[in-house]
Amino acid sequence: MFGLEGSIALVYGLCLLSTLLCVVYGAINWNKGDEDITPEDVTWAKEEDAIDEEF
Amino acid sequence: MSVTTLAIVAVLYLCVIGFLGFRGYKATKNTLDYLVAGRQIHPFVMALSYGATFISTSAIVGFGGAAAAFGMGLLWLTFLNIFVGIFLAFTIFGKRTRRMGHHLQAHTFPELLGKRFDSRFIQGASGLIILCFMPLYAAAVLISAAKYLGVTFEIDFPVAVTIFSVLIAGYVVAGGLKGVMYTDALQGALMFIGMLILIAYTYSSLGGVTSAHQKLVALPDQIDQQFVEITPELENIKGTDPGAGEKSTFAWYAEKATTLKASKTMTDEEKAKTLAADATLMPVGGLMKKNSFMVSKLVTEKLSKDGWLGWTKMPKRGSNFYYVLITSIIMGVGIGVLAQPQLAVRFMTVKSDKELNHAVLVGGIFILTMTGVAFLVGNLSNVWFVEQGAPVSLAAADGSENVIPEFIKQAMPQWFGAIFMLTLLSAAMSTLSSQFHAMGTAIGRDFFERGLLNTKDHTKTVLITRLGVVATLIATILLALSLPDGIVAAATAIFFGLCAAAFLPAFIGALFWKRMTKAGAIASILVGFLTSFFWLMFIQEVKGKIPAYLCNILLDKPTLLPDKIMGIQWNWVESLFVALPLSALTAIIVSLFTQPMPEEHVARCFHGAKSE
Repeated sequence: MFGLEGSIALVYGLCLLSTLLCVVYGAINWNKGDEDITPEDVTWAKEEDAIDEEF
Repeated sequence: MSVTTLAIVAVLYLCVIGFLGFRGYKATKNTLDYLVAGRQIHPFVMALSYGATFISTSAIVGFGGAAAAFGMGLLWLTFLNIFVGIFLAFTIFGKRTRRMGHHLQAHTFPELLGKRFDSRFIQGASGLIILCFMPLYAAAVLISAAKYLGVTFEIDFPVAVTIFSVLIAGYVVAGGLKGVMYTDALQGALMFIGMLILIAYTYSSLGGVTSAHQKLVALPDQIDQQFVEITPELENIKGTDPGAGEKSTFAWYAEKATTLKASKTMTDEEKAKTLAADATLMPVGGLMKKNSFMVSKLVTEKLSKDGWLGWTKMPKRGSNFYYVLITSIIMGVGIGVLAQPQLAVRFMTVKSDKELNHAVLVGGIFILTMTGVAFLVGNLSNVWFVEQGAPVSLAAADGSENVIPEFIKQAMPQWFGAIFMLTLLSAAMSTLSSQFHAMGTAIGRDFFERGLLNTKDHTKTVLITRLGVVATLIATILLALSLPDGIVAAATAIFFGLCAAAFLPAFIGALFWKRMTKAGAIASILVGFLTSFFWLMFIQEVKGKIPAYLCNILLDKPTLLPDKIMGIQWNWVESLFVALPLSALTAIIVSLFTQPMPEEHVARCFHGAKSE
């Protein structure tokens, strides 16, 4: 593949395939997984900003 | 582009980043705004922010340079970076980490583990481990950045470290440690563009993808053949050397080459004496100057002694390179990414799983472009240097950590040098800022506030947190100045491996196994950490060559296990391979034999306050 052989050709291909997996997964699930904000999320976010302020 | 112009570009860039971080975006777009006020994080922002934090100068300069020696086998790390570091991390770990982090109101990785298992000890001890060992990883990032600055601006390494440390301190003061997401994303975009241009140019300058690879495949044999052709000339010179003895021609030549290299650092008087004492040195030196493959041959022979079989082959099974490449670099970093404190907390900053899904798409492409390109360029630089009449990369650049900077300087157009410098500054700053944030919260919030004082009063620990950041910055600088050359990849792998051994079983149990107990988690963390520490201090010879530190100091031996046991050279095996299985086994066995955690607590961890 592309002038490479053996396990190196394999891993070169796996790098491309795993990227493709990420792209396909992301594309299929692009609009899935939306959730409502909960009171826990609000409390967490306020505390997170307070920590940032400390720094 | 002159050095002065590069410096001006760097300063201007830092001013832009500092302004963005300090003023416009920091004031209006904080975490509360993102999560609550309905503002949507752009899909690219979270992924680029994560990627910029994950990929640092250590990956690009350190590991990219290591690729010039280890070869394309390093692409296995790229594969794990994408499949484990992005796909599994986001789709499986990230979603659960986000939910549990919000349920438990956890803001740091130690806090997540500590609250999940209701243990101050876990939070405090984990914070202490991070505080003590993350400076090693931070030093690796700093070294890589300083190496690039040193080569680009032609300044000494200690000066480059100092300059970059000042830049980092300035960035932190102006922009904050957390790094505003948009600032990180800007840096991530710059990194992406820089690496894309780099690989496109590299492949095109070598005749295209297939041609470049074919040249790399053929390079070792080409060097060998050229050396065979010059051997008769060398033998003629050797014949005039009364001290040549029974040595092979290559061994004799290698000795002369070593003397010639040493003479470069001698005074003129010493050099003249050395050359006068051995009449064969000048003719050998002359041949080497005209035939760069002679220097390349020295490099390939040295690599071969460690098990190298060529840049497009995996190292010889059972060799030093084989163990270091697979156990330390590929597995240590490839798996260790899942338990990196500064990365895990990023999952908590998004509103929903939808944003994580977006990030998978962007992150996969980003990581391929970062590490894939760095490792390919590190390898292909060998071909490029040889085609320019220079020896292979390790010799042409004089050290693995100089390969990428030297290649950029010589091979790429001058304008690209400026872009790439910004690329690396971005990579280093985004990673270092997240590391200092993690270390600061580790000492203030995790170790002191929760571990020692058990208080929720932040006023008591704010000063400690800030002082902790300063102290870890100083420790990082001192480490960067004192660690040996060529240590970046190894230092990174050590930290990643240690985190994996200490935290990964507890982290996986926290997210996926309701039956895991407090005792199981504590035992697992202790076994993982102590085994790693003992292995690193008494057994593992870093890079297969640097003696185990305490073993060397206390017992005057490089390792406690110098010989093979059951066919394995254990002193070359990364600590992760021993410590992780032990800590995982400990987590399971101890959990099964100890009191389960209260059901209400477990329900709250997994399903939130509404479950009570």
